[in-house]
Amino acid sequence: MLVLAITLAIFLIVAGLLLYVLIRYRHRPGDSDREPAQIYGSNQIELSWTVIPILIVVMLFLSTTRVILGTQAIPKPESAFNVTVIGHQFWWEYRYPGLGIVTANELHIPISDPAHRTPTYLTMSSADTDHSFWVPRLAGKMDLIPNRVNTMWLDPQQPGLYLGQCAQYCGTQHAKMLLRVYAQTPADFALWVSQQKRPVEQGFSGNPAAAEGQTVFMHNACINCHAITGTVATGRFGPDLTHLASRDTIASGAIKNTPENLRQWIDDPNTMKPGCLMPPMHLNEHDLDAITAYLTQLH
Amino acid sequence: MSTTHAVEGINETPATEQRLPPLNVVYEWLTTVDHKKIGLMYIAYALFFLVIAGGEAILMRIQLSMPNNHFVSPQVFNQLFTMHGTTMVFFVGMPILFGFGNYLVPLMIGARDMAFPRLNAFSFWISAFAGFLLYFSYVGASGLYAAGSAPDVGWFAYAPLTARVFSPGHSTDYWTLAVFLSGVGSIGTALNIVTTIICMRCKGMKMSRMPLLVWLYLVMANLVFVTVSPLTAAQIMLTLDRYLGAHFFDTQAGGSAVLWMHFFWIFGHPEVYVLVLPAFAFVNEIVPVFSRKAIFGYPAMVAASVGIGFISLSVWAHHMFTVGMGAAANTFFVFATMVISVPTGIKIFNWLATIWGGHVIFATPMMFCVAFLFQFLIAGLTGIMLSAAPFDWQLGNSYFVVAHFHYVLVGAILTALFGAFYYWYPKITGKMLSEALGKWHFWLFIIGFHLTFDFMHIPGLLGMPRRIYTYEAGRGWDTLNFIVGVGSILQAAGVLIFVFNMVRSYYKGKEAGHDPWDAWTLEWATTSPPPAYNFAVLPTVKSRRPLWDLKHPEDPDSDYE
Repeated sequence: MLVLAITLAIFLIVAGLLLYVLIRYRHRPGDSDREPAQIYGSNQIELSWTVIPILIVVMLFLSTTRVILGTQAIPKPESAFNVTVIGHQFWWEYRYPGLGIVTANELHIPISDPAHRTPTYLTMSSADTDHSFWVPRLAGKMDLIPNRVNTMWLDPQQPGLYLGQCAQYCGTQHAKMLLRVYAQTPADFALWVSQQKRPVEQGFSGNPAAAEGQTVFMHNACINCHAITGTVATGRFGPDLTHLASRDTIASGAIKNTPENLRQWIDDPNTMKPGCLMPPMHLNEHDLDAITAYLTQLH
Repeated sequence: MSTTHAVEGINETPATEQRLPPLNVVYEWLTTVDHKKIGLMYIAYALFFLVIAGGEAILMRIQLSMPNNHFVSPQVFNQLFTMHGTTMVFFVGMPILFGFGNYLVPLMIGARDMAFPRLNAFSFWISAFAGFLLYFSYVGASGLYAAGSAPDVGWFAYAPLTARVFSPGHSTDYWTLAVFLSGVGSIGTALNIVTTIICMRCKGMKMSRMPLLVWLYLVMANLVFVTVSPLTAAQIMLTLDRYLGAHFFDTQAGGSAVLWMHFFWIFGHPEVYVLVLPAFAFVNEIVPVFSRKAIFGYPAMVAASVGIGFISLSVWAHHMFTVGMGAAANTFFVFATMVISVPTGIKIFNWLATIWGGHVIFATPMMFCVAFLFQFLIAGLTGIMLSAAPFDWQLGNSYFVVAHFHYVLVGAILTALFGAFYYWYPKITGKMLSEALGKWHFWLFIIGFHLTFDFMHIPGLLGMPRRIYTYEAGRGWDTLNFIVGVGSILQAAGVLIFVFNMVRSYYKGKEAGHDPWDAWTLEWATTSPPPAYNFAVLPTVKSRRPLWDLKHPEDPDSDYE
C-alpha cells in the first residue's frame, strides 16, 4: 500500500540523517574546549521541511479519500444478499430476512462471482453493549452499537472458513466471542439454506432418550432464553437452537460441538467460559444425558 | 565543558544543615505550599503508581505469554487492563508531568513560586486522594452483586457497559469519581501554570525569551482546560445516569453510546498531546545543552507547539472510524489527523538541525533523548498509517494500535521523562545520579522496550484484538506474545535499577554544584537544591539563554535576537 511505502521511506531518510549527525558530531576527545558555532535557525531550510511534508500529507489524504469513498459511498447493487447481525454478550445472532432463517455464531454466505457480484450486506446492531464485527481476511471492522444501525459489506470470492472475533471490549467474555464465516459456493449455500429451512423432528419415536430430552428441555428454564422452531421454546436471550447439531462449534466458536462438550457445557457453562450469561442448569446425570441426546438430534 | 561561572547571589559553600524532628518534617510536607515541594510530591506519588501499574502490565503479559493460559481469570484480567490504563494516564502521566512543571516553570521564568500556592496544594491533594480512591475499590466496591471488586470497564469505559445493568455493584462508581476528582485537580493546576507563566516572569523575560519548556507547558495547560472539562462533565452525566435515572448514555432508554465516545475522545486524544508536549519540553532543554548549541529555529518550535495544540482539538474522532460515522466525517478526521504530522515533523527536523554541527556529549540524559528521537519517529509514522481510516478499519482495536500508542507513551514520553530525571535530579537533590547505573537502566529498558513493543505490532497485523484475556493456539500469535512478555520483564528490571539509583545517589551521589551540565536556563542560576525563595536576587534576562550571556560576555545571545 502507498501509505506503507511512504512511511517506510520517511523512516529510512530521517533515521539515517539522525544516525549520521549523532556519529558525525559526537564529542571527540581531541575537540577544543571552545563551544561549537551557535546557529539560531534558517528560514529557507525550515520552510522546506514545512512545505515538503504538507505535499506528502496532501498526497496521502487524496489516496485515502479515494479508498473511503470506494468503500462507504458506492451504491448497493440489486443483487446484494442481506443478513442482519445482532451482537449479544457474548455471541452473535444472524437473521436472513429473505429466507426466514435465524441462526447463531456461524455465518454462512454465498461467495461472489466477479462477473455477477453478490456481495453480502450486513445490517448490524447490538442487544446490549458495544461489539465489533471483525473478520480480518474478509473486510475491515464495523461496530455494533445499541440504538444504532450500521452497515458493512463482504465480498468473498474464495470459498472457505474465515475466522475472526469481536473487536470491541464488551464484557467479561469478550475474548471468547469468536466469529466464523463460511463462504460457500452457490450450490453448497443452497444446500445449507434448504437444511436450515427444514422443520425439526418432533416426537422421536425411534429414540426414547431424545424424546425424553425434549420433555426435559421444554419443562426447564431452557425455553426462557432459547428458541427451537415449532416448539414452545421461544426465548430470544440466548442463541436459537433450531439446527444446533448442524453447527461445528458451540459457545460462540470457543468449543467444538461434540456430545461430550455439549453435555459439559449444559452442566456448567462457567467452567468452559467463565462469566458467560448462561447459568448452570443443575440437572441430574440422567437428565443431562437425555437433553444432550435431544440436542444432538437437531440437525 | 567550561568551568562554571559565579552567579550573583549564590553562596557556593554548602549550607549547614539543621535537622528537624521527623514529625515536624512530615508536618512541613503535609502543609507546604512551596511549588518545589508540591512538585516533588507529585513526582513521588506518580512513581509509586508507576510501579503499581507497571506490575499490572507484567501480570497481563504473563497471562498472555502462552495461549489458553489460566494464570488469572477473565474477570481479573479485565480489571487489570482497566486499572493499568486508568492509573497510567490519570495517576502516573498527568501528575508526573505536573510535578516537573510545578518544579521547573517558576525556576525557569525567574519567579519565587506559582501564582496560587494554596490552589497548588489543593490540586495536588485532591488528585492524590483520587488515586487512592480508585485503588480503594479493591476493598470497598463489592456492592450487592459482586461483579468484581476493581473497575473492569476498560480505561475509556464505553457506554453502555458502564450502565448499572451491565456493571452492577460500585466498582464503576469508584472509577467515575476517581477520574472526576483527578479532573478537578488537573484543571486547578493547569489554571495555576497558565497564570504563573503569564504573570510571574522576571524582568526582561518577554514571551519570546521564555525557555521552550515554558512555552510547551503553557500550551499543555491550556489544552487541559479545554479537554479535561468535557471528561469531568461526562463523569457527572454518567453518575446521573446510574443513580438519578438520567438517560444520556443509557441505550436501553434511548440514550446514545456514541455520545459518550465523543465526550471521551474530545478529552482522550488531546490528552495524548497533554502528555507528549512536556516530553517535547524536556527534549527541547536537554538536546541543546548536550549538543552545546542553541536550539535551532526557536520561533518555528513555538509555532509548531501552538499549532499542535490547536490541531489536536480537531482529531478526536479518528478513534471512532469504526462506529459508522459516514464517509464525509471520516474524511474530515483523516485530514485533520494527517495535518498534525506537519508541525510534529518540524520539531523532529529542528532537533536534528540542533545536533548538526554540535559536539554531542552522550551522558545519560542525552542517551534517553536520542532514544526518544528514534522511537518518537517510529510512533509518528505508525500514527500516520493509522490516520488513514481504511487502515484503521483493519487495525483499529488490534494489538497494532496497542503497540502504536505504547510507542508514544513509553517510547517517547516515558523515555524523555527518564532523561529529565537524570538531567534535573542534580538540581533537585544537589547530588548526581550514578552514570554507570544510568547506563544499565538505559540499555535494559531500551532493549526491553523494543522486544515488547516492536514485536507487539505483528500479532495486531495477524488479527489479534486488544483486551482479550486469552487466545487459541495456532493463530501465529504464541511466540510473539512470549517475546513481548520477556521484554516487559527487562523493562521492569530497568525501572527497578532506576529507583535504586535515585535512592542510592541521594545518600552517596557525587556533589552536583549549582550547574553541573554547564547549561543556560535560569534554574541553574541558583543553588542545588534551590532555597525556598528560589533566587536571592531576582534575575534580569536579556536573551533566551541568560546563563550563556553570563558565561560568554564576549558573544552574548542578546546580540542576535
